[in-house]
Amino acid sequence: MRRIISVLLENAPGALSRVVGLFSQRGYNIESLTVAPTEDPTLSRLTLTTLGDDHKIEQITKHLNKLVDVVKLVDLTEGAHIERELMLIKVKASGAQRAEVKRCVDIFRGQIIDVTSSLYTIQITGASDKLDAFLLAVGDASIIEVVRSGVSGISRGEKVLSL
Amino acid sequence: MLSGGDMLIRALKDEGVEYIFGYPGGAALHIYDAIFRQKDVKHILVRHEQAATHAADGYSRATGRVGTVLVTSGPGATNAITGIATAYMDSIPMVVISGQVMSHLIGEDAFQETDMVGISRPIVKHSFMIKHQSEIAETVKKAYYIASTGRPGPVVIDVPKDLTHPAFTFPYEYPDKIKLRSYTPATRGHAGQIKKAVQLLLAAKRPMIYTGGGVIQGNASELLVKLVDTLDYPVTNTLMGLGAYPGTGKRFLGMLGMHGTYEANTAMHHSDVILAVGARFDDRVTNAVSKFCPNAKIIHVDIDPASISKTVVADVPIVGSVESVLTDMLALIKDSSEKPDAEAIAAWWKQINEWRERHGIYTQNRFDTTSDKIKPQEVIQAVWEVTKGDAYVTSDVGQHQMFAAQYYKFDKPRRWINSGGLGTMGFGLPAAMGVQMAYRDATVVCVTGEGSIQMCIQELSCCTQYHLPVKIICLNNQALGMVRQWQDMQYSSRYAESLYEDSLPDFVKLAEAYGHVGIRVTKKEELKAKLEECFAIKDRLVFMDIMVDQSEHVYPMQIAQNSMRDMFLSKEERT
Repeated sequence: MRRIISVLLENAPGALSRVVGLFSQRGYNIESLTVAPTEDPTLSRLTLTTLGDDHKIEQITKHLNKLVDVVKLVDLTEGAHIERELMLIKVKASGAQRAEVKRCVDIFRGQIIDVTSSLYTIQITGASDKLDAFLLAVGDASIIEVVRSGVSGISRGEKVLSL
Repeated sequence: MLSGGDMLIRALKDEGVEYIFGYPGGAALHIYDAIFRQKDVKHILVRHEQAATHAADGYSRATGRVGTVLVTSGPGATNAITGIATAYMDSIPMVVISGQVMSHLIGEDAFQETDMVGISRPIVKHSFMIKHQSEIAETVKKAYYIASTGRPGPVVIDVPKDLTHPAFTFPYEYPDKIKLRSYTPATRGHAGQIKKAVQLLLAAKRPMIYTGGGVIQGNASELLVKLVDTLDYPVTNTLMGLGAYPGTGKRFLGMLGMHGTYEANTAMHHSDVILAVGARFDDRVTNAVSKFCPNAKIIHVDIDPASISKTVVADVPIVGSVESVLTDMLALIKDSSEKPDAEAIAAWWKQINEWRERHGIYTQNRFDTTSDKIKPQEVIQAVWEVTKGDAYVTSDVGQHQMFAAQYYKFDKPRRWINSGGLGTMGFGLPAAMGVQMAYRDATVVCVTGEGSIQMCIQELSCCTQYHLPVKIICLNNQALGMVRQWQDMQYSSRYAESLYEDSLPDFVKLAEAYGHVGIRVTKKEELKAKLEECFAIKDRLVFMDIMVDQSEHVYPMQIAQNSMRDMFLSKEERT
């Protein structure tokens, strides 16, 4: 099962490598990983998605918690949450394709943020499966380059992950 | 105002460090000069950095204090890695200070540069790289705090050479206390869980108490003895936990696991409630997890939540220090109106005593006593007798380690010092040095083999320098015994690279070359007398080269992929 784990991490040298190292050392997968400082510059917020059954996820969260640089963490998938991912994508757009791609971008509520005579650069945000669906809709043949940010997430309602 | 180098050594003094085990080199020279200019913290010069870590490790295991290591950058740091990993696997508190090339050279492949923080990352509890002199005192405090609290482990501090330079001085103050927002080790166990555990324990018909290194590290041996004796339940220890309950006690079933006793493994298999304390259900204990103790409810007490339900799922998990949890349990048992089921427990003991009689290694000799060859088991028995069971015993890794664990009955904690988790050959002699430094008058025995001893044999020189009268008991079977045993059992006795042929040194002469005493034993009838001669020499290292039967195997031995009770009992018998 896919899980989104959100971690508050000391913004210290080597902290990220301890998290990433833990995953490779213990044979866990990282599907995506995003990390950036928070409003408190001494802390980073790291969001990672991973696959595993309950037993594996329990081990992952326990081992993450053991890292001295990890201040707090939450498995967002345990409760109601919002997840977003940003994708930038270059697609072929010439002739009749131009209108077709434009329509598709509108349907997925994306934006065309750069244009040349033969291609569009599109920005689209949403849950990862929405981005997957867009890629499918546009079709492999048109896709020239894709860059995805990895998942960021936050709990719904009153629940917060902070000090 | 102190330089970085002086601050580092001053901080060690303020932390109460007695000994540093180390080896100098370019990047650490300012620190070594700081050592030279003071008298409080003593430095022990080993002959290889691996030995520095093992010696600090042995010192820590014997005393319960944090071991301290100082090495230089590059090869000094990488040589220390095996010892750091050894300490990590067995949760031994240790602080390793490594010199690093000057800050501006880091990342430039400078001479003797290696990324020590990176290389050691998977085998440390935590690590620090010093960025400025002003961080030194606080970092040292943090390192000792992290190493010694919670589940203990090694901590590395990497110090670039320029930050120890004598020309640059800064104010120094050693903090009394340290608080880390991201590190709060568990202390007391959950009261509700402890209550549940006690109810389960008191209702048990066939209970087993299974304890590991956590009881030793957590200084909870007395509490364990009290618990076992109050309940009159059987107890078994892991390889790391030997000595937590007296080895000569009648409630002690011996070690469990791959080379555990028949009675301990069989009783575990048939138990209905297992109280696991400071043990981690290692694969060398459980055999096949899917067949592990099918009828047992499991109470698991450990300070590390990640150890609980890692391999075997616990029915009642309790996260907390073993000392506090056992104290709480004892109080609850005392106040409880429920008492253990006396009839069921008596029947259980009757059954266990039958198992003991049937195949126990303590009720009869499970090796051929009529052979004219010296059996390794009888060497350990004799060492136990001659030392009156009261020595500090370190070991290397292999058959001799298992024989020592089985036949030297440890009555006290912190007396059995071996590399259980990583299984590091070469550990024994340097570990014995660390123990002997801590207890100058104690009898310290290093049980080893002619294979393992050669992995750190250079330390015979260190023992000369510091007058360490370690007693080396080398069970010389002229082969890598455990490898040979597996080759007998699984590879039709094809001894791939496990025999030394005629390449072994004359260990007696070798010991003498270092200024020690060497004694060789080739005849069974002279074994006891020669051992007595060895242990009568109080002020010198004695190397006992004892020629033992090469064909001997360690038994019992669990049959892989099976349950705990499935064992080979000898070359011919199995359960």
